[in-house]
Amino acid sequence: MSLFVNVTLNGVANGMVFAAMALALVFIFRATSIVNFAQGAMAMFTTFIAFSLLDRGLGYWEAFAAALAIGLVLGAVVERILIRPLRGKPEINPVIVTIGLLIVLEGMAGSIWGNSARGFPPAFSQTGLKFGHTKVAFSHFDVFILGSVLAIMVATMALFRWTNLGLRMRASAFAPEVARLLGVRVGRILTLGWALAAVAGSLAGLLVAPTSSFSPYYMDLNLVFGFTAAVIGGLESPAGALVGGLITGLCVSYVGGYLGSSLQPLGALALLMVALMARPQGIFARPEARRV
Amino acid sequence: MSETASETAAQRPAWWLRARFPEQPMLRHLSFVVLAGVGFYLLTSALSQYDNFRLGEIALYVTALAGLSVLTGANGQLSLGHGALMAVGAYTTALLMNHSHLNLVVEILAAIGASAVMGIVVGIPATRLKGPYLAGMTLILAVGLPLLADKYSSVFGGDQGLTTTQPSAPGSINPQEWLTWIEIAGALVTMLLLANLLRSRFGRAFRAVRDDEIAASLSGIHVARTKVIAFAVSAGCAGLAGAFLGISTGVVNTGEFPLSLSIGILAGMVLGGAGSLMGMWWGAVALVYLPDWATSISKSFNLGNGVSAYLATIIYGLVLIVVMMLAPSGIQGGLRLGATKLRTLLSGSGGANVTAQFQKPEEPVMATIGSRGTAGGDKREPGPGSERTDS
Repeated sequence: MSLFVNVTLNGVANGMVFAAMALALVFIFRATSIVNFAQGAMAMFTTFIAFSLLDRGLGYWEAFAAALAIGLVLGAVVERILIRPLRGKPEINPVIVTIGLLIVLEGMAGSIWGNSARGFPPAFSQTGLKFGHTKVAFSHFDVFILGSVLAIMVATMALFRWTNLGLRMRASAFAPEVARLLGVRVGRILTLGWALAAVAGSLAGLLVAPTSSFSPYYMDLNLVFGFTAAVIGGLESPAGALVGGLITGLCVSYVGGYLGSSLQPLGALALLMVALMARPQGIFARPEARRV
Repeated sequence: MSETASETAAQRPAWWLRARFPEQPMLRHLSFVVLAGVGFYLLTSALSQYDNFRLGEIALYVTALAGLSVLTGANGQLSLGHGALMAVGAYTTALLMNHSHLNLVVEILAAIGASAVMGIVVGIPATRLKGPYLAGMTLILAVGLPLLADKYSSVFGGDQGLTTTQPSAPGSINPQEWLTWIEIAGALVTMLLLANLLRSRFGRAFRAVRDDEIAASLSGIHVARTKVIAFAVSAGCAGLAGAFLGISTGVVNTGEFPLSLSIGILAGMVLGGAGSLMGMWWGAVALVYLPDWATSISKSFNLGNGVSAYLATIIYGLVLIVVMMLAPSGIQGGLRLGATKLRTLLSGSGGANVTAQFQKPEEPVMATIGSRGTAGGDKREPGPGSERTDS
């Protein structure tokens, strides 16, 4: 029973990280119909920069903020230089470019920081909280993960629902031509979308680094789980990303707890296959109308 | 038209400018293959043992790349898991070799079948929606499948892997040469079958689905089935390549099939020219020799050990980015363009028309990545993907 509780709590914490990754993928997909396979590598790179800054003696929160800020800039630069020139081309071309970026970033991180796994410090204690006399597998750090991801989710939903900028972003994604006629700078909005997505991705990278073996490849698995979460959530809405993240986190955690951690990716694949067969539009999507 | 017909033999360009392969697809492809086979036979007898091994590697990568080229270039789908599908083929062959005494041909056919079945299992859910779902699912396969082999190490041999036996050569033929011939034969037969497939009803269906799914389904094409068939064919090619890889290296273990193999195969395919089959030879040569080139580059520039270990990876990534942004039809596309220009140039201004007459019409498959919807940088494709309901 205690195994079940602990595995569930672990799944919730992991699910929050996957939700942040999924949010990053959703941000970009709803604006440009591209799945950014470099999202994990970009997060890995900014987290390694934070690691270097910590090594140089910078404070934890300064390094944390710096990683998010660098993520913002990196996202904008990638959109402007690599993705923008491919607008109007088949969607497969920019997707291939993001795969190229994925391994360029991993190769660069490997040549700068080496291949060996290191330890990234957590923001708060990682020992489990105590309820009475029983200790559960949910630490102060997990509370921080939960809080920060929920905060970014709420902020995103508020952005889309209540701000002028969010309205422009929705308009640019929904009908770029009409949005442009109405005076929305669609190109800038897309750049901003990539930048915000990279911030969400960087946050996921920072949150998951302390609990994983921190090497240039540590985000590969998180990208895979984030993709699963995003597809289950429908690749369209932040709420879908959150619920998809939780489902994926729980599923992956149960597979890891009861069957062994090496089966986790295939567990995610099985989950994804079931989800696509049962509800291909995602749990939150409304029926789609297509015009010929 | 009438001009061309009335032209006398003296006005026509020299025979070597007019020489063409037969128009009939089967004959045309078969003559290519026979010519290439003879050429490779002569080449293998001239090469050293080690170079023959590398040539065999090139041939097996051509097999995998050609499958991916059909999937991506002709059908518009992306796979990040061809390394994992090669692993399926390699492990199938190795398991059959260790636990049964079947004919090599049967073992290889089983490897193709196993990979194709894997492709169908992953491909069916991926076709439920339009979008890069196959890419994501095959990415999971590439990450997850090697872990499976580690988990069940009693079956798959864990880190050590499984050993394979090289086929015994008949008579006094050098075993390495024999294996290289088998690999080249596999590559050539694969190319012949794929070339014919692309010219058939299936090939046209692949391209129709790639260009517009709704229009294709209105024309009576079963979109999902077509996509699954394309991926199964592609996966079967990867399985064949994997079987060859397992046989030629003598051992099958998880270290041979990392995610970087899958991405390297994608890079080789993009470099050669997505959709082209001949271009895959360039991609395969790059895949086999790039690690060596990267080592010598980093030595000559004194890049240090840290960089040199990753230089090949970085180059793969840069190839993917640069080719997609600047020359989406790859090396083969560039060569085709160059050849067309050269022919026009050689035959002079008067002959240009004649050349155009003799020229085979450009295969629509060949350079389509990137050529579709190029009008206006800001104009979005009015394809089915862009009409989405906001949520």
